[in-house]
Amino acid sequence: MPLAPAITDLEKLKEAPALARLLGWKAAAVTGAKFDREELTIYVDRPFLREACAILRDDPTVPFNFLSDLTCVDWYPSEPRFEVVYHLLSIAQKDRVRLKVKLGGDDPSIESVTSIWPAANFFEREIFDLFGVRFQGHPYLRRLLMPEDWEGYPLRKDYPVEGYR
Amino acid sequence: MILNMGPQHPSTHGVLRLILEIDGENVVRMMPDIGYLHTGIEKTCEAKFYQQVVPLTDRIDYLCPMTNNLCYVLAVEKLLGLEIPPRAQWIRVMMNELTRINSHLVWLGTHALDIGAMSVFLYCFREREDVLRLFEAVSGQRMMTSYFRIGGLALEPPLGFFDRVKAFTDRFPSRVDEYEELLTSNPIWVERTKGVAYMSPEDAIALGATGPTLRASGVDIDLRRDMPYSSYDKFQFKVPVSKDGDVFARYICRVQELRESNKIVQQTLGGMPEGPIKADAPKVVLPDREKMKTQMEALIYHFKIVTEGFAVPAGEVYQAVESPRGEMGYYIVSDGTAKPYRVHMRGASFANLQTLPKMCEGRLIADVVAAIGSIDIILGEIDR
Repeated sequence: MPLAPAITDLEKLKEAPALARLLGWKAAAVTGAKFDREELTIYVDRPFLREACAILRDDPTVPFNFLSDLTCVDWYPSEPRFEVVYHLLSIAQKDRVRLKVKLGGDDPSIESVTSIWPAANFFEREIFDLFGVRFQGHPYLRRLLMPEDWEGYPLRKDYPVEGYR
Repeated sequence: MILNMGPQHPSTHGVLRLILEIDGENVVRMMPDIGYLHTGIEKTCEAKFYQQVVPLTDRIDYLCPMTNNLCYVLAVEKLLGLEIPPRAQWIRVMMNELTRINSHLVWLGTHALDIGAMSVFLYCFREREDVLRLFEAVSGQRMMTSYFRIGGLALEPPLGFFDRVKAFTDRFPSRVDEYEELLTSNPIWVERTKGVAYMSPEDAIALGATGPTLRASGVDIDLRRDMPYSSYDKFQFKVPVSKDGDVFARYICRVQELRESNKIVQQTLGGMPEGPIKADAPKVVLPDREKMKTQMEALIYHFKIVTEGFAVPAGEVYQAVESPRGEMGYYIVSDGTAKPYRVHMRGASFANLQTLPKMCEGRLIADVVAAIGSIDIILGEIDR
């Protein structure tokens, strides 16, 4: 069946529980939203990310208590370059939401969410290892997959697929 | 004392390195060190066409290759907006459940082998041979099948295939009875697994555990039943949940899942819909070989798909399936071209591994081996 067009209007989407909760808390935190292919994406502003995650986790009606996935996309050469993507799942309500934060290319850093979901520990280490995004407040931010003495961030778009050897 | 349970170890189920700080026989701290199997699959996917990524996905969680295929293929079909014919969906469910049986048999055999029950290994692999022969019949490969393609299946299963599957499902429950007879009431097994490596449900959810690791701690979530995909909502099956949260509970959950998967395969055999096995999308799905050899349009479509790929509308999608280890998710970002812009694989074992320090700190070293076996990790999924 043909794809339904994406809905990007905040007005139409503000009934969705996650978005309603965030807009009710602080409307400035949400810079945009998108409902595409039956998935809701919320663009959160960088300074508010950690608190927004805590609010979504402790929401009484739809608690997003499970962090499914934490990853990063490199949009080189356009700025802002990095986009950190959080996939949240509400185990009780079986609902998913995606949060996205845009970071600039020079010295990208963001607050860690390991204090909210300890599951983020390995995911944030992997993003630091492969993209170079620093997570402030992470208990042990070291390289995870690559050797400790590796230089460079392999999953960035300016790193060749063949690697340097 | 700091002890290295090095990457080369018979009980770490792959190249996992655990740095243990021990005090006598007790583990004080544990830190997993991974990355020994990192092959840069996520980076490689960005350089290949969408259909070329399918064989790469087989190798991520190499014990359940068809589940990886399914997750990736469902994600791309969601990006494209393709509708898959019911026969293809039912066969996908059948192969997915046979893959789950396959994976749990390896888990049971190796887990029992680590703890010391060595004969269970041979019993499980006897059944696994039957399943691998079924996979070979349908795709030509025993392990890295790549049987699911974007838009449906690669080929129609051969004649007599469903009779062979039926014969397997008829004799399988008695085999599971054999494994249970060997282990479940065995006093040595119970002594080694009951009360060992306990994980509370709050810890399991906070640390990102999914699958039987989470269900054995009492949290009832199964993506096949709760967020169904590929016509799983048409089948009845129970989801085993236990409240004990120890190694024995995870063992019971997975053995019961063996029986439930068998029931699902039996349900797919009775009432399999007729029809095509590929979606009606000539620009995405390869045409049949006979049509390709006789019709001009089919030949052109085949040529274009193989050499140039097919453009996928821009957007992103996160598709999660219930793999034998838990929630396996694929996050695919498309920029409108024929190659994916970013493919991220959320391996279930990657998050499940984070529960290991919590389970093992304060316990004996011997329990570490039981705990590693019980969370059923696959290093291919962790390191990619």
